[in-house]
Amino acid sequence: MPSGLLGIESLDRVEIEAILDRAKSFQPQQTARRKSDQLRGRMIVNLFFEASTRTRTSFEIAAKRLGADAISITATGSSVSKGESLVDTLNTLGAMHPDAIVMRHAASGAPHFLARHLVETPIINAGDGTHEHPTQALLDARTILDRRPTLEGLRVAIIGDIAHSRVARSNMYLLSKFGAQIVLCGPATLLPPELAQLAPGITLTHEIEEAIRGADVIMMLRVQLERQHEPGFSANEYFQFYGLRLEHMSLAKPDAIVMHPGPINRGREISSEVADSQRSVILNQVENGIAVRMAVLERILGN
Amino acid sequence: MSKLGKLMSKLVIRNGRVMDPASGLDAVRDVAIEDGRIVTMGQNIASTGAAEVDASGLVVAPGFIDMHVHLREPGFEYAETIESGSRAAAAGGFTSICCMPNTSPVNDSATVTSYIKERAERHAIVNVFPIGAITKNSAGEELAAIGLMKAAGIVAISDDGRPVMNARVMRRAMETARSFGLPVIDHCEDLHLSAGGDMNEGVESVRLGLRGIPAASEDVMVARDILLAQLTGARFHVAHISSRHSVEMVAFAKARGLAVTCEVTPHHFALADNAMPPYDSNYKMKPPLRSTCDLSAVTEGIVSGAVDAIATDHAPHAGSEKMQEFEKCPFGILGLETAIGVTLDRLVHSGKIPLMRMIELFTTGPDRVLNLNRGRLAIGAPADITIFDTERAWTYDVNRSASKSRNSPFHGHSFRGGPVATIVNGQVVWTADGLPLASPSPATLDLFSTSQ
Repeated sequence: MPSGLLGIESLDRVEIEAILDRAKSFQPQQTARRKSDQLRGRMIVNLFFEASTRTRTSFEIAAKRLGADAISITATGSSVSKGESLVDTLNTLGAMHPDAIVMRHAASGAPHFLARHLVETPIINAGDGTHEHPTQALLDARTILDRRPTLEGLRVAIIGDIAHSRVARSNMYLLSKFGAQIVLCGPATLLPPELAQLAPGITLTHEIEEAIRGADVIMMLRVQLERQHEPGFSANEYFQFYGLRLEHMSLAKPDAIVMHPGPINRGREISSEVADSQRSVILNQVENGIAVRMAVLERILGN
Repeated sequence: MSKLGKLMSKLVIRNGRVMDPASGLDAVRDVAIEDGRIVTMGQNIASTGAAEVDASGLVVAPGFIDMHVHLREPGFEYAETIESGSRAAAAGGFTSICCMPNTSPVNDSATVTSYIKERAERHAIVNVFPIGAITKNSAGEELAAIGLMKAAGIVAISDDGRPVMNARVMRRAMETARSFGLPVIDHCEDLHLSAGGDMNEGVESVRLGLRGIPAASEDVMVARDILLAQLTGARFHVAHISSRHSVEMVAFAKARGLAVTCEVTPHHFALADNAMPPYDSNYKMKPPLRSTCDLSAVTEGIVSGAVDAIATDHAPHAGSEKMQEFEKCPFGILGLETAIGVTLDRLVHSGKIPLMRMIELFTTGPDRVLNLNRGRLAIGAPADITIFDTERAWTYDVNRSASKSRNSPFHGHSFRGGPVATIVNGQVVWTADGLPLASPSPATLDLFSTSQ
């Protein structure tokens, strides 16, 4: 962990619990918009090779709430757009001795590759291709635990484009480590059967009703058109079979919550009625994103 | 080579365990070489004026043949040249290598074939046999000048790496190859099924979020080509076979009496897809490292005889090309220098095959596919000899490789047994570090200073 945060898969329960507990203690500070100085004088570089609003802003605010200096670099408008290779970009930034690099990249494994070459700079994965998005899973767990005493035994439905979802992978690893039952649901072309072997407690279905029945948590995923290489369902057909609508909610537990990592596509994977309903905790997820990222930054950079 | 030949016209290799799959010989013998050919094999051969090699405790085998390498010249000399590739071959115990045509320009004409032959004549320290393209520019459309390339010296045709997707074109290629007595080597991959893939499709690719290359993309092409070989009567050779079903189909074709053969690379029987350190591009090649189930199937194929040869698919890539995001890195790894070590490790020391079978897979096996008239120890045969050790512990340091590239998954790997000396046309072209086995006659010393 001191070396950075590349994914959830390699973390153990104790480390995850420590981050989640610390995030909880940051929640009041975050909502009161107070700034502290745990990380004063530290420099964090946010390097985003892929478009992002919430994750980048969230990391930036988290760093600033802790008193750190944060700068954000996006691929357009940097030397990356002049054809510089990833390793050269990172070597250049590494030579400026930031205390950590927060990185999002469209290629799976890009942060792992860099972590091997930039041994002195901790790298925090803010989403790599279709692999992992560890802070998203942490903030999702924090959001669930704000409403449930434990993850153990919860039935969590993850619905949508699982094949291309780093959010789904990180959540599967995290939830499985805490004994949740995970039901993955999506069209056959976006739901490779091997997913069931990634962690204990995972089942697969192509029926949204089956996925939702008895669920404590429903996580909807965005259809990632930019990562799909062949045309799949039309928007209309997708919504017909895999869109979450109000009538589905009666199948879930009465107090079930609906989550979405954003950005949401209303009428594609989730109806507006559900997204805006009392069941939706989508904005709580965003709030917790800052608290969780404060906990992660403190853990990696704090003394 | 001819110039060097004059330096050392006589050589006697003493007291080695001489193993020759072609004749079945397995006994301690001396081997005497004169003017590039084997002249005597026996005990206590007199050696007036000959340089001597003490091979006590070592295996003396016919020169190993690697029927699948990429020498990158012409066109990609920054990654490898005919000279550097031949030095890596010699350092790996290979006396003959066959180079794939995916150079720039592609070896699709007699001119390019002749260029490679001439460069090899001048700069290579092992025998180099070019393989010609199946189609012009390996574009998969029009047949290359197969007959003219044959006249210029190619030993097979292949569009390795850019396989012929059009079955009609492949049919015509097989008909043509058959009429010229050439085997057709296919890199079996349905490019539509494998499109965009970076590693074997399975649990590992799903776990790592990398796009998969299904084993079926290999299988459907092996099936197609076997049927076309039956239709045309051509000799069809599957390059770097890697999947269970493909091995089963080759065994099936053999049982039906078809002229179908295949090769396996050391990495495909040594490493499965779950062996890759996260996103390490030195584990990225085509076909990709398959599942453990496929790995055991190709190993069983080696044991049963379904597999005819071990070939390395030595594929050098410059460091900068492999230092990128995994999905951007080119496919391919080095193989020449580690082949014997890996094979001893995984197949012989583990008890899966006897040593003689291993030698067969590197000698008579590929020779039967290509008819090079090499790969046997016989009086009058070219003195291509591989001397290796089955026990010596050594560690592979890719930074000391004779190749110009460094992309090996076996860097830092410790082996038990490996090549000790490589003799090509009667000349000692390479010996392992610190193993001065040639007698210090002036001729031998001259040879070393010339060939280093």
